[in-house]
Amino acid sequence: MNFHAIKTIYAAEMYRTWRTLFQSVLSPIISTSLYFVVFGSAIGSRINEVQGVSYGAFIVPGLIMLSLMTQGISNASFAIYFPKFIGTIYELLSAPISFVEIVTSYVGAAATKSAALGLIILGTATLFVDIQIAHPFWMLTFLVLTTITFSLFGFIIGIWADNFEKLTIIPLLIVTPLTFLGGTFYSLDMLPPLWQKITLINPVVYLVSGFRWSFYDTADVSVGLSLGMIGLFLAICIAIVAWIFKTGYRLKS
Amino acid sequence: MTEPVIEIEGLYKTYDSGFSALKDIHLCIPKGEIFALLGPNGAGKTTLINTICGIVNPTSGTIRVNGYDVVREFRKAREQIGLVPQEVTVEPFAKVFATVKFSRGVFGKARDDAHVERVLKDLSLWDKRDNITREVSGGMKRRVMIAKALAHEPQVLFLDEPTAGVDVELRRSMWNVVRRLREQGVTIVLTTHYLEEAEQMADRIGVIQDGAIALVEQKTALMDKLGQKRLSVRLADPLSHVPEALAGYDLTLEDAGRTLVYTYSAHNETSNIRPLFADLEAAGIDYVDIDTKQSSLEEIFVDLVGDKS
Repeated sequence: MNFHAIKTIYAAEMYRTWRTLFQSVLSPIISTSLYFVVFGSAIGSRINEVQGVSYGAFIVPGLIMLSLMTQGISNASFAIYFPKFIGTIYELLSAPISFVEIVTSYVGAAATKSAALGLIILGTATLFVDIQIAHPFWMLTFLVLTTITFSLFGFIIGIWADNFEKLTIIPLLIVTPLTFLGGTFYSLDMLPPLWQKITLINPVVYLVSGFRWSFYDTADVSVGLSLGMIGLFLAICIAIVAWIFKTGYRLKS
Repeated sequence: MTEPVIEIEGLYKTYDSGFSALKDIHLCIPKGEIFALLGPNGAGKTTLINTICGIVNPTSGTIRVNGYDVVREFRKAREQIGLVPQEVTVEPFAKVFATVKFSRGVFGKARDDAHVERVLKDLSLWDKRDNITREVSGGMKRRVMIAKALAHEPQVLFLDEPTAGVDVELRRSMWNVVRRLREQGVTIVLTTHYLEEAEQMADRIGVIQDGAIALVEQKTALMDKLGQKRLSVRLADPLSHVPEALAGYDLTLEDAGRTLVYTYSAHNETSNIRPLFADLEAAGIDYVDIDTKQSSLEEIFVDLVGDKS
C-alpha cells in the first residue's frame, strides 16, 4: 500500500476545500438554511405534524441526505475530472500507486467533506428546529454509507465525463429530481395510492426513509430494506469502479 | 555497455481501432546515458514513453526499468521513473513548492522539504516557490514540471519535447539542467524536434518511424557514418562547367560558377582532398578561399527518414 500517496492526495483534496471555502462549505449551508427558512418556518408553520414530528424537523434528515448526495457527487466527480481536463492525470497514472489507492484517496476526501458538511448542516438545523436523534449509531452509519456511496458515484461520473456539461448533467437531471421526489419534503402516505407505489422505484426513498428513522424512529419503508438498498447501490458503484480500473476506461489506452 | 536501466523486448502496442503504434521494439539504454529518440510526428515517440511510464498499456512484449517489470512490478518500476510530458500541464491553483511536494508524496516518498528546496534551487525556481503556478511564465511552468518529475529522486528521467516552444536562452539553460542531472547519475531519455538539441546533448540516438525503431547509434558514429562533408572552393574566375580533368570527383558548380563544391563522406574519404587540389592546380584553376561544412544531425535525419518513407 502506498500510504504516502493516499495521504498526499487526501490532504491536497482537503486543502482544496479550504481554498474554496465559500463554494465548498458556506454555499451549501446557506442554501440548506434557506430551505429551513422557507419550508420549515414560513410554510412549515401552516402544516400539521408529519409522522408525529413538526414539519420543520421532519424535513431535516431529507435535507441532510440531499446535501450528502449532491456534495458527495460534486466533490468526487470534480476531483477526478479536473486532473483529466487539465492533463495532470498523467502524474497519477505514472505514479507507483494502484487504482484502489487512487479511489481510496479521492473518494475518502470527497466523503469526508460531504459528511462534515452534513454534520454542519445538522448543527445549523438545530438553530431553526428542535431535533432528536433516536438512533445515533444508525444515523452515523447511514451518513457514512451514503457519503461513501455517492462519492463513489461521483467518481464514476468524473471518469465518464469528457466535458463540463456531462459532469453536471447527472446530478442536475437525475439526482436532484430523485431527491426532491424521494420523500425529502413529504411522507409517502401523503401521496395518492398509485404514486405511493410508483415512488418505491426511486432509490432515494429508501435512503431518506432510513435516515429519517434514525432521527425520529418512524419510516416509510423498513429499515432493513433501506440498508439493503444503500448496500446494493454501494456494491454497484464498487463493481463499476472495479471495471473502470480493470479496463482503464477513459483513463488508459 | 554499462548496466542497463531500460530494457525493452518485443514491445507491441496496437489500439482497439487496429492501429499499430509500436511494432517489435527492442531497446536497451544503459545507466547514465542521454538517449535521444527522434522521429517524425506520429512516429510513436510519445506512445513509447507513455508505455514505459505506465500511461499506455502494452499489447505484448516486456519492459524493465532497473530490472523491474513495468506491469508485474509496476510500483518498483515507476519509483525509478520521472516523466515530463510534452504538454505543459500543472495544477493551476497550487503554489510551486506545494505542487512539487505533492509529486514527491504521490510517488510514495516521505516528506523532505530540503530535497524539494534543492530541486527548486537547481532549476532556478526557489524565488518562485510561493507563486501560484498559473501565474509563472511558460518557461517556468516547464521547469516546474521538471521539478515535479525530480521530486521523488528518479533514476530515469523522460523528457518528452522538453523545450518545445521555449526561447533559445531558456532552451540552453534547460540543456545545462539536463547535463547536471546526468552528472548526478540520472539516465535521460528525451524526444525532441530540435535536432540541434539531440546533437548537443545525446550520447546515443534512436530513430523511430511508423512505430518501429529504424536505427540506434552512438551520436558520433551516426554522424560519421551518415554525415557528409561539403568542401566549397571559391574560384578566382567563374567556370561554365566542371572540367573533364576533374570528372573523377563528385563536384558541382554553385553561385553562377564561382564556387566549386566537393561532396564527400565524412567517414574515411578525406584522402581525396589532396589529389583534388593537385588536379585543380594542374588544370590551372585558381581559387581564393575554401570552406568545409559537415552535415548536421538534422540533415542526416531528413535523409534517413526520406529514404525510409
